[in-house]
Amino acid sequence: MVLVDWLHVAVFAVVGTLMAALPLAVVWLLAPRAPHPQKRLTYESGVVPFGQAWAQFNVRYYLFALAFVLFEVEVIYLFPWAVVFRRLGRFAFVEAALFIVILGLGLLYAWRTGALEWT
Amino acid sequence: MPAVAWGLEILRATVATVLLFTFLAVVAAMFGVLAERKISGWIQSRLGPKHVGPQGLLQTVADTVKLLQKEHVTPVNADPVAFNVAPLIVPVAALLAWIVIPLGVPFGVLLIGRDLNIGLLFFVAMTSLIVIGVLLGGWASNNKYSLLGALRSASQMISYEIPLALALLTPIMLAGTLSTVEIVDAQRGGFLGVGRWFLFGGGHGLGGLVVGVLAFAIFVAAATAETFRTPFDLPEAESELVAGYFSEYTGMRFALFQLGEYGELFAMAALSSLLFLGGWHGPGFTSTLWLFVKLFAMVFFLMWVRWTYPRLRLDQLLNFTWKGLLPLALLNVLLTGWVLV
Amino acid sequence: MGELVAFLVLAALTLVPAVVVVTSRNLVRAAMALIPSLLGVTGLFVLLQAEFVAGIQVLIYAGAIAVLILFVIMLTEGGTGLAVRQVNTQRWPGLAAAAGFVAALVAVLVRTPWPAGSGTLPAGTTAAVGEAFLTEFVLAFEVSSLVLLVSLVGALVIARREP
Repeated sequence: MVLVDWLHVAVFAVVGTLMAALPLAVVWLLAPRAPHPQKRLTYESGVVPFGQAWAQFNVRYYLFALAFVLFEVEVIYLFPWAVVFRRLGRFAFVEAALFIVILGLGLLYAWRTGALEWT
Repeated sequence: MPAVAWGLEILRATVATVLLFTFLAVVAAMFGVLAERKISGWIQSRLGPKHVGPQGLLQTVADTVKLLQKEHVTPVNADPVAFNVAPLIVPVAALLAWIVIPLGVPFGVLLIGRDLNIGLLFFVAMTSLIVIGVLLGGWASNNKYSLLGALRSASQMISYEIPLALALLTPIMLAGTLSTVEIVDAQRGGFLGVGRWFLFGGGHGLGGLVVGVLAFAIFVAAATAETFRTPFDLPEAESELVAGYFSEYTGMRFALFQLGEYGELFAMAALSSLLFLGGWHGPGFTSTLWLFVKLFAMVFFLMWVRWTYPRLRLDQLLNFTWKGLLPLALLNVLLTGWVLV
Repeated sequence: MGELVAFLVLAALTLVPAVVVVTSRNLVRAAMALIPSLLGVTGLFVLLQAEFVAGIQVLIYAGAIAVLILFVIMLTEGGTGLAVRQVNTQRWPGLAAAAGFVAALVAVLVRTPWPAGSGTLPAGTTAAVGEAFLTEFVLAFEVSSLVLLVSLVGALVIARREP
């Protein structure tokens, strides 16, 4: 029964998190605790840090994340196609080719309009 | 289902988790880190760790014990929730990705966390969760270097996820299933015991060979970038951004990030052995030993590449994936379809 | 019985963080709470034995859209998480509207005679979805690619219009 598979996955997630947290608990028990304001300063190569931690608004990070979401959705459409593809013959191939070509056009658009440039 | 059966299943799953986590902690993290230091040493004409234990084998154990005693320092103004959750997300996501990786069938017992029906889809989904750990870690540190490193690391990971997933489509199409175990079994037999490996196209002639090699190459390249290894390790470059997104993490939290990264590295190496190199099938006999040979060969290869090639700049790295690897991967999917139809 | 427990746990996992998302004054906390909520929805899909949908839910929502949201938050606000405060002057009208909507929804759900699907679920939902896409619903399949193309072009046009 499929649900048993996922019960295993749920147990993995919970027990795994506990096991990952275990060394942290050991540290909490064993490690010294000597808080000092200097230790908590953020690291900036030995210089006293100045200014807030910010990243200038750079549209390019956003553009990459956006392109990523859309192409990831394309990929998930291709997963079920890949599984049944061989059973369904030539027509299935043509349909998927059309799908990929349309999205290839999107990639081409992004490329030509400079959305994929880092500068 | 009666409650007793549920309890039994939960017990079995707990044991499996403990074993898998221990396996990852020992083989991937401890042994992997040691192997990295030794191999980098040999490539650089020096010896690497030698003193702790025979030939330095206990070095990582000593390091772990040391890290367990280090003070936890939380930077001022760090968001405590995000700061503490991030080093848990990365190793747990890597552990979850390992659920669907089979390690062979010794004595008829299948060694796998769970052979899920959506095996490979689950794997890709879990590796995509690692990005969240990276982003939160860099953000929560309240340090502009960490944040910048996190954004760059995250951009790199997501950009390479797509060719990675597309490269996986080739073995899926060759085997007609998402289950990792079935994909390995589809590669048994063949000429000299290796003829049906998906690297060589699973017995589909010259066209199969081309798409198999292409898919393998794309997968390995994308996997190298996903795990931040040179030539794609700019986000962690020591000389550039201190340590990138985990600059502010001390002691064991740092170790947890490393556990996640090495776990992911071994997962990618294992997957490439399973999906393209025949898994535990080999010339002559079938055995888990073959899988481990291939796994370590892949890990060695990845480490070798790391200490040989210079690092790509971020814009070169992103151009390489969006303008090179991704179109190539799409083309490969079309080619595979063409060959198989 | 076990399924009921699982359902309750998953429902809590979905709803409690959702409340945090909507009410938290800290923007980054809100975005972080979105993730367990989405994973709870994944669990609900699993209870319905829709494995493929559960897989893509994690991949797309938690792995892509949550990442996009985090990117946007980190890029647009000029400080770190704790300093950000969300102020909403329309909480009470909003709550009233939501309550009205929920009442209408519950009324509709309770009164509709839902037909129970006949037959059993196929053993491999991914394969079944694939077959459906490529035979019965091929038009929807192709149109989705057009929708994705339009979204990509549209989003790029808007994003790059910033000065």
